[in-house]
Order: sequence, then C-alpha cells, then structure tokens
Amino acid sequence: MSFLASTAAQVVELAAEAEVDPADAKATAGASSAGFAYGLAAIGPGIGIGYLVGQAVQAMARQPESAGQVQTTMFLGIAFTEALALIGFVVFILLKFA
Amino acid sequence: MFTLFAAEAGEGGGGLVFPSIGNLVEWAPYFGEGTIFEFNKIGLISMLAMLIPTVMFLLAKKDMVPAGLQNIVESTVEFVEDQVVMSAIGAEGKKYLPLLLTIFMFVFWGNIFEVIPTFQMPANARMANPVILALVAWATFIGVGIKAQGFGGFMKSSLFPPGVPKALYILVTPIEFLSTFLLRPFGLAVRLFANMLAGHILLVTFGVLCIALWQASPLVIVLPFSFATLVGLTGFEVMVSLIQAFVFSLLTAVYISLSLHPHH
Repeated sequence: MSFLASTAAQVVELAAEAEVDPADAKATAGASSAGFAYGLAAIGPGIGIGYLVGQAVQAMARQPESAGQVQTTMFLGIAFTEALALIGFVVFILLKFA
Repeated sequence: MFTLFAAEAGEGGGGLVFPSIGNLVEWAPYFGEGTIFEFNKIGLISMLAMLIPTVMFLLAKKDMVPAGLQNIVESTVEFVEDQVVMSAIGAEGKKYLPLLLTIFMFVFWGNIFEVIPTFQMPANARMANPVILALVAWATFIGVGIKAQGFGGFMKSSLFPPGVPKALYILVTPIEFLSTFLLRPFGLAVRLFANMLAGHILLVTFGVLCIALWQASPLVIVLPFSFATLVGLTGFEVMVSLIQAFVFSLLTAVYISLSLHPHH
C-alpha cells in the first residue's frame, strides 16, 4: 500500500510542479489506484473460482448421479469466493467516484 | 443527455468522456420530490418486481394438467423447492418455502429490469434493496435459531463452536461473532449490489462505446465487434440475474439450516 500511497503523493507533487489543478491530479491518482485495487482483488478469487469449478466438474464427471448436489455446493462456494472480488469492485467504485 | 466527447463539451482534446456514476444510477423523482413519498425509477421497478410475480401467481390456473402460465409458475416453485429448500435445509424446511420463493422472485425481477428496454436499470444496483433483503434474511436466521435452540443454545452454538480448545475461545468467539452476525448480512447485501452494479456499468460502457463509434466515422469499422459484445453481455446479464437470485435465496436457506441444525 505504501507503494500506492507514494505513487499518489508523487502524482500530486508532479501536478503541483506542472501547475495542474490538484483536484484533477487527485482524480487521476484515484483512478490509477482504483485500477490497482480491482486488479489485485481479482487475482485470488479468479484462481479460487477456477480451481473450485474445475474440481466440481471433475466430481460431476466421476459421479454424474451426484451432479445436482455438487452443482448447488459449487454455486455456494462461488458465492463466497466471489464476494472478495466484489468487495474489490466496491473499493474501485469508492476510489474512482467517491 | 450527457455530451460524449470532451471537444464538444469545450474541454479540449477529443477523448471519450465516460458518464459519471451519478448519471448511471441516480434517477430524478417522478413525483413527491423532497417528501417521504418520493418516487423514482428504482421505486417503480421495485413495485413492478413485487406486482409481476404476485399477478403471475394469481392468474395461474390450478388445472391438473398445467399449461401456459401455470407451467412457468409451477416450475419456478418446483425449482426453488428442489434446488434451494431441499438441497440446503431438507424436508423440514418446506415451511420456509414461501419466504425463500418471495426472496427469489423479488430479487430476480428486480435484477431482470437491467436488460428490459426503456428501464435498463436493475433495482438492486442501489444499496437500499439488497440491504433490506439482507436484513430480512438476517432477522429470519436469528429468529429461527432462537426458536429452534433457545436464546442461550443459539448463542452457544454460533459463538462457541465445539471441538475447539478452551483457551482458543478468546480468539474464536470474536471471529465467529463477526462472521455470523455482521459479515453474513454484509456479504449478502454487497454480493447482490456489486454484481448488479458491475453488470449495469458493463452494459453502459459498451452502450456508450457503440454510440461513440457510431459518431466517430473512421473507427466505425470496429462497431460490429463492440455491438456483438454488447449483445453477448446482455445475454450474460440475464444469466447473472438468475444466478444472483438463486444464490441469494440459497444462502438464506443455508443460514436458516445452520440455525436449525448447529454442527456438533
């Protein structure tokens, strides 16, 4: 996070030197850190959902008769895993627009 | 209407200016501005999301051989009964079917207005709807837990999970309290809200891109790709609407089931 903070500070500093409106510079810094926030938040859930669905497909292929139950559990797992990415998305919205 | 190009807005440059988030989700009230009866698009969609399933269920005939509307209604009830109630709670969860079906239908119809022309806005992309639904789910699973196990029993089973060394309860109990009583409703609400808002922004992005490409003559050659993506994403959002309604009711059912049968 210190990396992001220092980047944002640099942006504001450079903006002051180049006589850009600080509000504009802040918006730019917010937008770039918003990209970081969502990108980083998407890595873990991406791996997680891929692994989860892969294993679920394997289970369904091995035991097609239990497909219904596996599917329900899979959706549950996806819902929990996906929540992390969605919180990242909310942070993105807050950084970009709030 | 917003201006798409910065040059037209007189800011210099020629870049595409994306509409601000307020343009995407805030709607002017139709009437009653400033009073508690203020009524805007979100209110209208929420009303429709309540009325459409109600009217559908009232109009469905009760024939032995279902046809038409009755087919749709019966298969919806069957889907919620089999996939949500039976798989998460079991046969004793049948009495929660009305609640879970209501949640399913309300969330689904609130979501599906995202792709219905002239509305193009999911009611659940504003935090108010998901929060209320999550609070209903929260109150329900706490109520069911207290009724099934008694207040002390419910607190004991949810705050002091068995099979943990006594000293670790200092660490485990606050975590369990957070995850059961705060993160569950928070997660429910944020999951629905963020999914629908993300879908809405995605559709708006490609819609704005299509208009911008239509106006910018040299780049119009990539318009078909952009438009095809927009059509594809619309189909994807129909799927997301269904899945989110399913997940919301399924999670509510799982929480009710955990309140009914604590893990021993």
